[in-house]
Amino acid sequence: MIEAVGLTKRYGDKTAVYNLSFQVRPGAVTGFLGPNGSGKSTTMRMILGLDNPTAGQVTIGGYPYPKLPNAPRQVGALLDAKAVHGGRSARSHLLCLAQLSGIPARRVDEVLGVVGLQEVARKRSKGFSLGMGQRLGIAAALLGDPQVLLFDEPVNGLDPEGILWVRNLMKALAAEGRTVFVSSHLMSEMALTADHLIVIGRGQLLADMSVKDFISANSADFARVRTPDTEPQLREKLTSALTEAGGHVLPEQDGALRITGLPLPRISDIAHDADVRLWELSPHQASLEEAYMRMTQGAVDYRSTVDQKSGLMQPLPPGAQPPMPVPGQGQPDWYAPPPPQQGGQPFAMPQGQPGPYGAPGAPGAGQPNPYAQPAPAAPQTPAAPPQPPVSAASADLTKPEDAR
Amino acid sequence: MIELEGLTKRYGEKLAVNNLTCTVRPGMVTGFLGPNGAGKSTTMRMMLGLDRPTAGDVRIDGKHYDHLKDPLTYIGALLDAKAMHGGRSAFNHLLCLAQSNGIPKRRVAEVLDTVGLTAVAKKKAKGFSLGMGQRLGIAGALLGDPRILMFDEPVNGLDPEGIHWIRNLMKSLAAQGRTVFVSSHLMSEMALTADHLVVIGQGRLLADTSMSDFIERNSRSYIRIRSPQRERLLDVLHEAGVTVVESGSGALEVDGGKPEQIGELAAQHQIVLHELSPQQASLEEAFMQLTAESVEYHAHADTPHEPPQEPSPARQHWGDGWNRS
Amino acid sequence: MAAIQVVRSEWTKIRSVASTVWTLSLAVVVTVALGMLISALSRHEFDKMSIKDRLSFDPTFISFAGMSLGQLAMIVFGVLVVSNEYSTGMIRTSLAAVPQRGTFLFSKIAVATGLALAVGMATGFVAFFLGQAMLGSHRASIGDPHVLRAVIGGGIYMTLIAVFSMGVAAMLRSPMLSLGILMPFFFLISNILGNVDATKKIGRFLPDQAGSKIMQVVPRIDDDTPYGPYGGLGIMVLWALAALLGGYVLLKRRDA
Repeated sequence: MIEAVGLTKRYGDKTAVYNLSFQVRPGAVTGFLGPNGSGKSTTMRMILGLDNPTAGQVTIGGYPYPKLPNAPRQVGALLDAKAVHGGRSARSHLLCLAQLSGIPARRVDEVLGVVGLQEVARKRSKGFSLGMGQRLGIAAALLGDPQVLLFDEPVNGLDPEGILWVRNLMKALAAEGRTVFVSSHLMSEMALTADHLIVIGRGQLLADMSVKDFISANSADFARVRTPDTEPQLREKLTSALTEAGGHVLPEQDGALRITGLPLPRISDIAHDADVRLWELSPHQASLEEAYMRMTQGAVDYRSTVDQKSGLMQPLPPGAQPPMPVPGQGQPDWYAPPPPQQGGQPFAMPQGQPGPYGAPGAPGAGQPNPYAQPAPAAPQTPAAPPQPPVSAASADLTKPEDAR
Repeated sequence: MIELEGLTKRYGEKLAVNNLTCTVRPGMVTGFLGPNGAGKSTTMRMMLGLDRPTAGDVRIDGKHYDHLKDPLTYIGALLDAKAMHGGRSAFNHLLCLAQSNGIPKRRVAEVLDTVGLTAVAKKKAKGFSLGMGQRLGIAGALLGDPRILMFDEPVNGLDPEGIHWIRNLMKSLAAQGRTVFVSSHLMSEMALTADHLVVIGQGRLLADTSMSDFIERNSRSYIRIRSPQRERLLDVLHEAGVTVVESGSGALEVDGGKPEQIGELAAQHQIVLHELSPQQASLEEAFMQLTAESVEYHAHADTPHEPPQEPSPARQHWGDGWNRS
Repeated sequence: MAAIQVVRSEWTKIRSVASTVWTLSLAVVVTVALGMLISALSRHEFDKMSIKDRLSFDPTFISFAGMSLGQLAMIVFGVLVVSNEYSTGMIRTSLAAVPQRGTFLFSKIAVATGLALAVGMATGFVAFFLGQAMLGSHRASIGDPHVLRAVIGGGIYMTLIAVFSMGVAAMLRSPMLSLGILMPFFFLISNILGNVDATKKIGRFLPDQAGSKIMQVVPRIDDDTPYGPYGGLGIMVLWALAALLGGYVLLKRRDA
């Protein structure tokens, strides 16, 4: 169990983490989400006693990390896969760690087996790929058989097989009653792994709830309906019947309809009454990503803007071959994602807007945290008004939520 | 368009890429998948003329890479976010690339703006986070406004907003008729981005198909049905010769059928359906199925080397043996 | 691909990293300062010297004494210009932008050589004039026979040291390895080979010993070197060309 109470961290006059209170409970995988520079890493570091909080405290099993008896046996962490002496072999790296905390050497071979590195155990970790380094870091975290595990971006650099393995590992660890706290930027991955979410933005708590609740709180479920392709009039008929009944209907790219605001049985009844046959009637839940993007709007660093592309539209210098004509070239927003009303992009990035960060640099770069200025709150970007969660059209073709 | 023909690369004894033949077409996002060590990076490096093939050929719009005049205007690549000098500013990094290919200077400011790095353009790249480095690499790929774009693990280090952005960027580049070739280990991300897949394992081509074909061919897809008139529906389906499996939650599952067929059947017999949803396995499952044999570093089931000294049936897992004593 | 584009790009590269500034300024400062110091010391030592030493007293050469240390900064410059591409991973980006590897390498070397030549010449002249000022009454004048040749030769010497280092770095790729070989080579091994009788004959064909001949105005007594100042410079040029050729052939052949 990890417990933060009023946790605050200030760097100079920038507040990286402000008054954060949460609990990470055992027996579940808790995801830790937030945009870049939201204070995730700072929080992780404070949990591990690497940084001292300016105010408040964070405890593991009731103790602040530095006072934790036999800490390496209680807490295992993967913070940065590259925090390994490159000239040392994987095995001696783990052996050093094991000896520091009085863990028997055979445990080293055990965890090397667990992460699948036994064949390269005696090679220098310098030659390791990012994925192998990540596995070594995970081995180190597991070394003390700890009850509390922290993982920062654990799937970084892993291949699909490794990703699946890490996901199952975390679930298994949680199922054994351990506390598993994972930060990640990969929403689709988090949706598959985490049971519970803690979301922060600008150093403050935005949400602390189960994944399910989080998605339903921040987006709406919808139904996908297909009528016989052969009779387009049925589709029109159903659309008007559903709209009349109070549903919100949007056409999808492949001719299906996306309906919000009506439960499935009701849609079925309406179709029946209107004498429309259905070829598909499937429930869909918005993705964790959509829910997350809605919640964290305005707390984002480094916004991308539209490629103006004026440069290459001018004649190229003599001798240079102009690139082949490109459809859409010359339109001012040709790189821009389709505008929201076309159903392609629900969480429109405020385009051309200078982004919310006044201060240059990212906190990760040793720069002051741009968010935490005692400045006016997040520009609540008016460019992205709340609107029905319309995910990218192709998203649902390939991602039925309950396929697994 | 990128054409590979019998592409082979041998490092000493090891065959990294083995007789790879395929075409990456314009107008769509082509995903490039394979386990670690499958030869993906080697293939991408050969496409860019960085590694020389032992045998076979790569052609970019019909030409060899080193015959391209100002190659950045044909093909832009993000190979490795850290493939830059950390002491150079983001602006200067892009400027030297632009100059080498005769790209006007103002294009540099433009792509910096596109990737959202304008505010840190004058900062040295070594202070950049992985995500910022990635954005700079993407800016470099876009610099020459090329017809072909290649991205190796583009979402590495990006935050969700960045991931969302790059996904839409790749889709819109493809929609403009460009060739977009992207490798990734993140199946869930690929499923959202790619239209077509090229899968390799141990250097050989395993699949070159559309996303939906790939999933269909390599995993189970079925239709889930719920109805208040469950028994009648069962009878009707049975009569029509459709094999039905009852799943735990009261729903029915039909393997390999078409939802329209079942919809029509239900309509004929006046059966109300509360759900009729085609279910597909995820890309990840399909991928695992296909590449099961060609994985290099297998993680192993976690079994203790010695039986626990104090066997506790309630909590039996590794570490019990020594840690709880 | 117009080579001029690549040259411009390489110029941007070289001017936009801090290592260029500090290695080159270190080369100037060390050469000039050490040259001044040794010149000043020599002026005081002159009266205590033997006749033989007085006869071969070479004020021009003495003012270049700082080069023994200053050339090390030039080596670092030459090595970093090339090997930075490898150590940072920039090489992949660079070669994807300029797949003609010869054009890439020689544009880079041309730009770096031009810069080194400018700095080397400035160093030569500044070291000479300030060194002579320190020598007081024993000084040489730029108008004296062979002195101008020696001063310009000093600038060329500095440049060639940098070029040779670039070639070696292009072969070895790693900055640590390149510096680990070049530094002791020029600072120790060349001196040792040159001072031990048995190896002297080999030692004087090494690039630095052959090249430094151009800076001598007053020949040493009983000097049996089989080449003159221009011959020595020629030997050094051959070394530099050989290193460049090796670097080019390897770059051409290997995978980036």
